[in-house]
This record gives sequence, structure tokens and C-alpha cells, in this order.
Amino acid sequence: MNAFLEIGLIHYIVLSSLLFTIGTLGIFINRKNVITLLLSIELMLLSVNINFVAFSAYLGNLTGQVFTMFVLTVAAAEAAIGLAILVVYFRNRGTIAVEDIHMMRG
Amino acid sequence: MTLAAILFYLFSITAVIAGTMVISLKNPVHSVLSLIVAFFSVAWLFIMLGAEFISMLLIIVYAGAVAVLFLFVIMMMDINFAELRQGFAKYLPVGVIVAGLFFLELFVMLKLSNIKGGMLPLSCAPPSTATSNTMELGKILYTDYFYAFEIAGLVLLVAMIGAIVLTLRHKEGVRRQNIGRQVSRTVEDSITIVKVESGKGI
Amino acid sequence: MLAYFIVFLPVLAAIYTGLGCRIISVRHAQIVTCLGTIISAILSWVLFYNVVMQGAGATVEILPWIHSDEFMVNWSLKVDQLTAVMLVVVTSVSALVHVYSVGYMAHDEHPQRFMAYLSLFTFFMLMLVTANDFVQLFFGWEGVGLSSYLLIGFWDKKPSANAAAMKAFIVNRIGDFGFAIGIFSVFMIFGSVHFADVFAAAPSKINETINIAGMQFPALDFICVMLFIGAMGKSAQIGLHTWLPDAMEGPTPVSALIHAATMVTAGVFLVARCSPLFEYAPHALMMVTAVGAVTCLFAGTIAITQNDIKRIIAYSTCSQLGYMFFACGVSAYSAGIFHLMTHAFFKALLFLGAGSVIHAMSDEQDIRNMGGIWKKIPITYALFWIGSLALAGIPFFAGYFSKDAILESAYAADTNIGHFAFYMGLAAAFLTALYSWRLIIIAFHGAPRASDETMHHIHESPNIMLVPLYFLALGAVVSGAAGYYILHMVSGDGAFWQDSIKVLEEHNVLEKIHHIPTLVKLSPLIAGISGIGLAYFLYMFRPGLPGKIAAAFRPIYKFFYNKWYFDEFYDWLFVRPAKRIGRFLWKIFDIKIIDGFGPNGAAFITRFSSIRFGVVQTGYVYHYAFVMMVGLIGFITWYIYRSLG
Repeated sequence: MNAFLEIGLIHYIVLSSLLFTIGTLGIFINRKNVITLLLSIELMLLSVNINFVAFSAYLGNLTGQVFTMFVLTVAAAEAAIGLAILVVYFRNRGTIAVEDIHMMRG
Repeated sequence: MTLAAILFYLFSITAVIAGTMVISLKNPVHSVLSLIVAFFSVAWLFIMLGAEFISMLLIIVYAGAVAVLFLFVIMMMDINFAELRQGFAKYLPVGVIVAGLFFLELFVMLKLSNIKGGMLPLSCAPPSTATSNTMELGKILYTDYFYAFEIAGLVLLVAMIGAIVLTLRHKEGVRRQNIGRQVSRTVEDSITIVKVESGKGI
Repeated sequence: MLAYFIVFLPVLAAIYTGLGCRIISVRHAQIVTCLGTIISAILSWVLFYNVVMQGAGATVEILPWIHSDEFMVNWSLKVDQLTAVMLVVVTSVSALVHVYSVGYMAHDEHPQRFMAYLSLFTFFMLMLVTANDFVQLFFGWEGVGLSSYLLIGFWDKKPSANAAAMKAFIVNRIGDFGFAIGIFSVFMIFGSVHFADVFAAAPSKINETINIAGMQFPALDFICVMLFIGAMGKSAQIGLHTWLPDAMEGPTPVSALIHAATMVTAGVFLVARCSPLFEYAPHALMMVTAVGAVTCLFAGTIAITQNDIKRIIAYSTCSQLGYMFFACGVSAYSAGIFHLMTHAFFKALLFLGAGSVIHAMSDEQDIRNMGGIWKKIPITYALFWIGSLALAGIPFFAGYFSKDAILESAYAADTNIGHFAFYMGLAAAFLTALYSWRLIIIAFHGAPRASDETMHHIHESPNIMLVPLYFLALGAVVSGAAGYYILHMVSGDGAFWQDSIKVLEEHNVLEKIHHIPTLVKLSPLIAGISGIGLAYFLYMFRPGLPGKIAAAFRPIYKFFYNKWYFDEFYDWLFVRPAKRIGRFLWKIFDIKIIDGFGPNGAAFITRFSSIRFGVVQTGYVYHYAFVMMVGLIGFITWYIYRSLG
């Protein structure tokens, strides 16, 4: 019972794992649109951020937070590019159902 | 229960529920909005950990820019919601099992590792009030992590160029100025002087 | 020095003619090759005089060949009495056959190639007889086998000629296998393959044994038996004789040169050359005697039933070779070589005469279709008589001296095997006379059985073909007397041969032949004359009788006529199983198994499996992500498992 009352590092790590799992689940459950795919990726990155910041607080070191900033940067860049690709793909195909994207089949 | 614990559980549960909604809602706009909720909850958690700069960053950049970008794109694409297919529940069990296994393994690994004092409470506040999280971050970002900082900037530049290159379309028939051509025009190109006899045309 | 010219002139002529056979004219080719061999023949007579009269034998080293640690072989020419005799025989007969071929092959399409092959053969034979070690002898041995193949199959558009050439080469090969094993064991026992070394060391190796496949054999006996197997193959002794009759598919000059005078005598030469070895190998000598004796009778029995003129003479050759071998078997090597010399002349004469007959009869070879032509081709007829008289051993013709020497030696050897050989040889002498005169009578006498048109075309051969025959006839008449009285080739002390042939004192039969009963000395003559008489009786005076005898003794007649069913037996024993194995290995092993597991199988498996595996590539990203996840979980599980345990 005590474990649940005192919030320690473990709780943050568990939270982070849970969000990460939900993110990966989102990738292979969704068949409907690519947006959800990108959002699941953002979710995974978010969980990693939580992990970093939790460890940074635990170790008393700011390195974790610096890296969080960079993760944020990269996530933003990747979201931009991903959406650009999505826009172009939609222009050419007219649909964003993930089920229809199988040109690399073979 | 201490306040910290209550707040932690509140926000973490919100985050998890928001995450689940992200992946399960049919309407992508709703998914994005759930994601924003998740961002906000996590931002609260960060404040509780004493990383207020990061949390503000999360809200401003992530929720304010990235999520809005998502909304823009969804809005501008002419998605026919009625066509979005069903069949969601067919793959749910296998996926949940695999994801559950994964989570279980992470948990086991956690247990196997020797994080000392993992159960000890995490400090929420900085050691002294003289410095803030922002200032501390600033101190090390521009000195120790200078290169990473610059490269991050480059990454953003490349992303910007990439996005423009991917989506830019040259429509036919759009009139544009070609400044170079305009400036390099000479007298001989533009004017010809013709001696005209009075009463006659050209 | 002379030796260089003798040996290498023919090969130079052969190379020149052979390489230019499409460019140079026929006459040019003929002149070059004939000149080459004629000069070689003249020089070999000079060399013979030098060596025999003045004892100028020598060994000339030309080039190193194989230098491999202990195994040293050089190209060299050894000239001693034995070599000199062989050189004279080979080059003379070869030169005469070359000249004869100019006329015989005049209407052929490729005379240049033929002349080149003849000269090439001569070269190889000369290398064989001048060899100073076993390996060069083997080189010459193989070379004459090759030339024989090329010449037998000269008319390569005829399938029977091709088959006969292959048969000759393959059967020869079997003998060569034995020969090669002999050479290997020589090297193993003696540590060297040079004649000088081996012969000098022979007495010291009498009690050595050689270990073959776990069994011990007396070394010298084993070596000599193996060498003799090679000789059996080359000289068509019983068992490996099947190629000789079929070799008659080649043009007649080939038969005369190769299968009468020179190549088939290489086996006898080998045994005589290795006499220092054979003398110490009593079991081998017994085998040689036995094989030779059986062969001479066996071939004679077949010859009396054959109908092809060349085949009769071929079996006659086989029979005479048997004589030569059993002479060597009873240690009368000089008698064997003497008979080789005389036989070369009269057998070549007979073959070339047969060639004249065939030429005259417009390429007819079956004697049943000849007859009544002796008045039309009298010269050929006379030459045939001379050759047959020499063959039958009628006094003062060549064969008399050599054949009698052999038979007397066999009797005088006083061993069981020697006496066996004597009686065989005697019976064979009878048969020899019988079939020779049968040939003459049926082919030349009686009513003409050929068509009118053929009879109209009969003409004597042109001079270019007759002149060599005159020389050969001269040899057939004179060589026996000359060899016996003038040169003393057959004598108890071996003075003529000196060191080239070795005979141990206890084996010296030529000394003993002076002491045998007179009846024995006269018996070959009696056998010969009675054979002639019986031939006249059966074929001239009672022409219907042979047919009745043949019908009465039908099984025996069929047995002899079908060559004692050797070919059929070999076909059943070797050829058919070999073909079956070949077919099996081709159809099943090669096509199904090797191809199936190899290229075809691999290709099929690749295609098959890639199609099956390709199903995994669905093209959906979420499938890929899922699989990645599952893999990741697998890895983590394994690590957890390991760290727990």
C-alpha cells in the first residue's frame, strides 16, 4: 500500500511504458486512416519524454531534460514531414485508408 | 494520501485514457483533440517533477503547433468520413495480447533491473529558489550541448525545406514574375524605332 | 649421329605433310614422305653394318624429360644389336609400304593425310625400339597405338571402320593398363626405369616380393607378367586378339605395315628387350610360352574357315606371333626376333599381294567371289607363292630357318610347357600350310566366280606397286638364309646379339637344339608338306569335299568360323554391362539425381520457396510493425529467460 502512496521513479516508468504500449497498439490496430498512425507515433514520443524527465529528476541531472527538448524538436519536424507526405499521397490517391497502401506487396 | 499522489494518479489516468481515445476514435479530429488532452496532462506531470520549462514547451510547441498542424491537414483534406471502414474489432484481440505481452515484459525488466531507491519519492522542487528550471537549462544548453542545439536547428530547417518541396505544386497558367529576366531587358529587346511616313501606317 | 636422322626424318616428313595436307599437292606429299622413309631405311642399313660388324652400339642422350626427385627420365636413343635389327626391319618395310601406297591410294581423296600418318607411325615405332627406358618405350607404344587408330579409321565415313579403330584402341588400352602397372612396379622395386639400371639390378632382386592388395607376389614374376599383358594387347594374343581381324577395315598398306610387320611385333620386341628380367621370372616365362602356344593353334583353326582374304592373312599373323612368343617363353629370344624379321618380309609381301589382288578384282575381298585369275595376274600369283612358301617353312625360303629354330627350341627346352608348345606349334604349322594353299587355290584357281565385268577389268598392278613387292620377295627368300648362315642370328653362344639379349646358362636352349632327334628336326617340314598336299586334295581335286566335311562337323565348323565366339563372349561380358551402366548413369544418375539436386533442383527450390516466402511481404506497414513488435518481444523474453536462469 505504501508503494502506491509514495510516488517514486517506478510509477513514472510504468506510466511511460503504458503510454508506449498504447502507442504501438495504435499502429497495428488502426486500419482506417494514416492520421491515427502519426498520432500514435506522437504518443510514443510523448511517453519517452516522460521517461526522460522522470529520470532527470531522479538523477538530479538536467541532461534528461535537454534531450527531451531535442526529442520535441525532432517530433515536430517528423510530424511536419509526415503530414506533407500524407497531403501529397492524398492528392494522388484520394484516400487515406491504411488498408489501401500496399504497393510494396510481393 | 498526499496531494502529490492524488495529482499524479489523476493526471496519469487522464493521460492513459486520452491515449486510448486517440487510437480508438473514428473521427480523426476527435483523435487529435484527445492527443491534446494527453499533452496537457503530461505537462502537469512535468510541472510536478519540477521541469516547468519542458512542460511549457510541451504545451506551446506540441499542443500549440504540432497538434494544430494536424488539425489543419485534416481540415484541408477532403476526407469522406462515411467511407472509413469498419473491421476495427477484428484485429483488436491479437493486438491487445501482443501489446500486453510487451508491457508485461517491460515491467519484468524493470523489476529485474537494480534501480536503487526507485521507490523513493521524487523531488518536485529545485534545490534553491535562486535558479529556475529555465535558467539551469539555459546554462547547459548553450555550452555543453551546443553542437546538438545547432544540429537540432538544422534538422528543423531540413524538415521545413522537405515539407515545402514535397507539397509545392506549380499550377499551369499561373503568372509569375521572373525578376532576372525583367532586369536584364535591354533597350534593343523592348523598343524598335520605325520611321513612319505621314499618312501611312506601320 | 646416324640414329638422329633415322628416327627423326620420318617425323619431320609427317609433320610437314600432316600440317600442310590441305595445302600441298598429292605428289609433293608423297615425295616428301617416301624420301623421308627411304633415306631412313638406307641409313639404318648403314647403322646395322656399323653395329653388327664393328660393334659400334651406343646410347645418345637428347633431352631431359621428367626430373621429379628420384624419378628421372630422359629422351635418349639406345642403339645395340637388337635395336639395329628392329630398325632395319621397321624402316625397310615402312619405306616399301610408303612407295606401295603411292600407287594403292592414288584414287583416294586424301592421300597426303595417309602418307603423313604412315610416317608418323614409323616415327613412333622407331622411338619405341630406340628407347633407353621404359617410359620412352611406353611413349612409342602409345604412339603406335594412336597411329593405328588413325590409320584403321582412315576412311572415316565408314561406320565399320570407325568401330574397328575404336575397338583396336580400346583393346590395346587394356593391355596398356597391364603395361603401366608393370612400369610402376619396376620403379617401385628398382627405383629407376632405365634399362641399364634395371637389368643390372635384376639378379639381386630374385627373392623380393611385391605387395599387391595385401597379397605377396614374387616381384620379378609380377613385373614380367604385367609387361607381358601389355605385349598381349599390342600383339593380339589370345584374349586381347579381338581387334586384329577388325583392323582389316583399314587400307591394305596399313595392314601390311602395322598389323604384320611392325606394330604387332612390338610386344615380341618388348619381351626380348626385357630378357634380362624375364630370365629371372620362371612363372612369367611359362605364361608367355603357354599363351603363345595356344594362340598359334587357335588362330590357325580360325584361319582355315575364313573367307575374307585379308582376314585369313590377319589370323595368320596372329598365329605367327604366337610362335614368336613361345620362342621367347622357352628363352630362345634370338629365334623369336629372327622369326620376327623374316615374318615381317613375307607377311608384308602377302598383305601387299592381297592388296594387288583386291585392286585387280575391283575391290573384292571375298575369296568365294574370286577364282581363275592366275593367268591374268601372273606376277602377283608368283609373289603370293613366294610368300606362302616362306610362311609355310619350305626349305631355303626365309620361314624355314626361323620357324624350325623356334620349334626345335621348344622341343629342346625339355619342360612340359615346352613340349606342349612344340606340339601346338607343329599342329599350327600344318594348319598354316593348309590355309595358305587354300587361299591360293580358291582365289587364283578354278572356274571364275566373279562377274564378267570384274573379270574384264583384271589387270596387273602398276610398277610403283610391284617394285616394293619385288624387294619384299627378295627379303622373303634371302633373309632367312642370310640371317642363319651369314649373321648367325640363331646360335648357342649368342655372339650376334651380345648384351642386347640375355639368356641364362640353364635356359640356353639354342645350344641344346643340336642334340634333338632328327625326326623332330624334320617334323615341321613334314607338317608343312602334308598341309600343302591336303589343301590341294581338298580344294583342287575334290572341291565338294570341304563343304561336306564342314557339314558333317557342323558345330566345330561353326565354332571356328565364329572365331571361337570371343567377340560374342566379350560383348556379353563387358560391352553390354558397360552400356547398361552407362545408360543407368546417364538417365537416372545424371539427369534425375545430379541434375535434380543440382541446377534444376536448386532452381526449382528457389522459385518454389521464394513464392511461398513472398507471402510474408504483404505491403502493409502495420503488418511489418506488428512483426517487429513480436520479434522484439521474443528477444526480450529470451534475455529475461537467460538472466533468470
